[in-house]
Amino acid sequence: MPIEIPKDKWPGSVKTITLGANSDGGTRTSVVTVGGEKALPFMHFEAETPYRPAVAIEIKDRKPDDWSTPLSEAWGDAMNDPAKWARAAEAAGADLILLTLSMTAVDGSPNTAENAVAAVKAVLGAVGLPLIVFGPGNAELDNALLVPVAEATKGERLVLGICEDKNYRTIVATAMANGHLVSARTAMDVNLAKQLNILISDMGLPLDRVLMDPTTGALGYGIEYGFSVMERLRMAALQGDAMTQLPMIVTIGAETWKTKEAKVGEGVPAAWGEWRERGINWETMTAITLLESGADIVVLRHPESVKRVKAAIADLMVAA
Amino acid sequence: MALSGIQIYKLLPQTNCKECGFPTCLAFAMKLAAKQVELSACPYVSDASKAQLAESAAPPMRLVTLKSNGHEIKVGNEVVLFRHEKTFYNRPGIFIKVRDDEDIQAKVEPAEKFAVSYVGMDLTVDGFAVEATGDPDRFVAAIKTLRQISQRPLVLISSDAKVMAAGLAVLNGETPLICGADANNWEAMADLAKANTPGGPPPHSGGHGQAALVVKADSIEALADLTEKIKGKGVEDLVIDPATKNLSRLLTFSTQVRRLALKKNVRSVGFPIMVFANDSILAAQAVAKYGGFIVLDEFKPETVYPLLVLRQNIYTDPQKPIQVQPGLYEINNPKPESPVLVTTNFSITYFSVANEVESSGLPAWLLVTDAEGMSVLTAWAAGKFDAERIAKAVKTFNVADKVSKKRVVLPGHVAVLSGELEAELTEWEIKVGPREAVDLPAYYKQVLV
Ligand code: B12
Ligand code: SF4
Repeated sequence: MPIEIPKDKWPGSVKTITLGANSDGGTRTSVVTVGGEKALPFMHFEAETPYRPAVAIEIKDRKPDDWSTPLSEAWGDAMNDPAKWARAAEAAGADLILLTLSMTAVDGSPNTAENAVAAVKAVLGAVGLPLIVFGPGNAELDNALLVPVAEATKGERLVLGICEDKNYRTIVATAMANGHLVSARTAMDVNLAKQLNILISDMGLPLDRVLMDPTTGALGYGIEYGFSVMERLRMAALQGDAMTQLPMIVTIGAETWKTKEAKVGEGVPAAWGEWRERGINWETMTAITLLESGADIVVLRHPESVKRVKAAIADLMVAA
Repeated sequence: MALSGIQIYKLLPQTNCKECGFPTCLAFAMKLAAKQVELSACPYVSDASKAQLAESAAPPMRLVTLKSNGHEIKVGNEVVLFRHEKTFYNRPGIFIKVRDDEDIQAKVEPAEKFAVSYVGMDLTVDGFAVEATGDPDRFVAAIKTLRQISQRPLVLISSDAKVMAAGLAVLNGETPLICGADANNWEAMADLAKANTPGGPPPHSGGHGQAALVVKADSIEALADLTEKIKGKGVEDLVIDPATKNLSRLLTFSTQVRRLALKKNVRSVGFPIMVFANDSILAAQAVAKYGGFIVLDEFKPETVYPLLVLRQNIYTDPQKPIQVQPGLYEINNPKPESPVLVTTNFSITYFSVANEVESSGLPAWLLVTDAEGMSVLTAWAAGKFDAERIAKAVKTFNVADKVSKKRVVLPGHVAVLSGELEAELTEWEIKVGPREAVDLPAYYKQVLV
């Protein structure tokens, strides 16, 4: 019996964005291009998916104090040196690196611009992958660290974040002046995401230099909100709403590895099972769920998760 | 297509005899249209009308129910493609597979006993799938062994109708899922599904079988052909198996089937989907994207726990965050001098805190404010968790009467509220706790004792 498969015909598409540069000041040996979708994720029978979603690995400028044991076991010594850590991340299969700057130095004093710039340069020198740099997540300190970083790396097409309603002006301005991109974060809401994108584009940064971070919760801690907001944002984009047509990035590793399930190995119910594998499942299941609701870049922390998620993406990219 | 209340009314006797419990046939018709009553409540509907009404009332995606002693699982009957459009209703069943030549006890027992608490709900697997390796006696023995350990619903797997018949005979009075029918054996399997137990109870009227049947083929068209033939034999409770473990194929297939059923009302594929998952990523995809019955090759708590949580998350109603009742909760038999911890009534928040305190053995009063089911920071940002609301909760739940030492502990994330709360609760000592609940016991021992 012949059955006609209903196909969605979407008028809009997601913008294509390239991270990293290998000319005009850019020194990357590989660049990453994401976006360009004309259909819902992996619906190859409707439209070609021009670029596969990318997997970023998150590293820090110094060994973090509060990362879960399975993570420190996986990265070992490399965590003491951002350049080594970046090389290990590259070897683990990262398409790009996300470097999060710490709030403080080891002695507890606030992180400094010199340190931030040195760490970014060390990573850029160690690997040829494109780089995303996030501030510590405090609007004032973010600005103090990210502006010098942006200036010291003119032309690299870094992604600067986190660009929020509180601090977008400074970050967007320095991205514009130095040829970088920004990652715009809003709290799981379609309209908030649109509003921030409008504010950013009003400042004159072309939208093909903006990634959208709709925020997610990890599995068990609000993933369903992330899942649905991303589905709605992607559908709005495909329906032609220009202010939602940006590739989406989600920081899955950070969300996952702060959950109790991933972070704590002792004194937890036996029914939680083996710690390391549980954490990896927590991260990979969050990743697959969000990739299928529209994520273009997933940021992960555990190298084994990266391997599994990359294999899943490779499968999903083949029309079948 | 579903009929409107008026259309249904035209098919009723229109005598307003009230035997259905409604004052008029029209009132009954409206309830029928809203799917709040069963047609059988009216004894006077003609057979012709019944047929028409049944056809229109059938959901675009079949509801398949498996039953065993004391257990039941319903799958299917979904009405949307995206959960934000309404909600997903019937959570996919999660089953653990054993082969009849494996050590049944060793594999089934831990899975049977498995229960994990997530926001106050006990999550468990739904049942087991027993796969025949060929010999009917071995199959029967395996099912019997399993039934001594677990009473949960079963999936029986064999393509040999004789083996299947032997297995089914053990499950008298149950409704298992049998797996399954393909292009070669569909007639025999359909016969089995219709009346599985020789000498057992006869098939229900209305063409219901005694077992639900999995239909396997590798294309949507081939599946539709098979389900039509099998429906022709009077078996309606079907589950379709695209025979793939490939992520991309399964995603495409599942999406296409859901669209055909919901948007085009193609009844020949309007059935739950069977997924055999050998890895956690495939299983997670099946939970998020339209899986019906998910059979896992292995039972590992570290995989099953996150999978059950994912299922819980994806199948919550987007309009109603899971909440707990606001109030003053007692943890570990608090005494008058025990501290009062403040939190919100979002289930995830409440249980993160309650579990942490409970497992530490430390006594405390947990004051759960009405924050409209939002997490601490969400509620704070939305103006639903502020000094005024907290002070109000302290009064509403008569906290002052319960304690001798007036101290409240705020979540660290809302340290900013402490000044305002001091102004609201003048006789109270306001303390700021740690940000994460995990750090509460340590904080308690250092600061509160
Ligand atoms: C899921 C979510 C939502 C969901 C709501 C879920 C819900 N039912 O609450 C939705 C999508 C609806 C939502 C909406 C909004 N959100 Co929101 N949301 C989140 C998200 C992703 C997770 C929140 C969560 O569930 N956490 C898990 C729970 C368990 O955490 P918790 O309640 O804080 O509890 C922990 C601790 O506080 C502690 N704790 C709890 N109680 C107690 C008590 C004591 C005594 C102690 C010591 C500790 C303690 O223990 C728990 C575990 O450690 C966060 C970002 C993130 N990733 O965290 C943003 C976030 C909370 N949201 C935010 C915002 C701004 C909003 C909106 C206002 C946006 C808007 N303008 O529309 C709306 C408000 C809602 C409205 N107007 O109706 C911001 C808040 C920013 C801020 N710092 O003020 C956040 C932080 C995102 C961000 N980075 O911008 N959100
Ligand atoms: S029982 Fe039937 S005939 Fe009588 S009022 Fe109800 S719907 Fe009408």
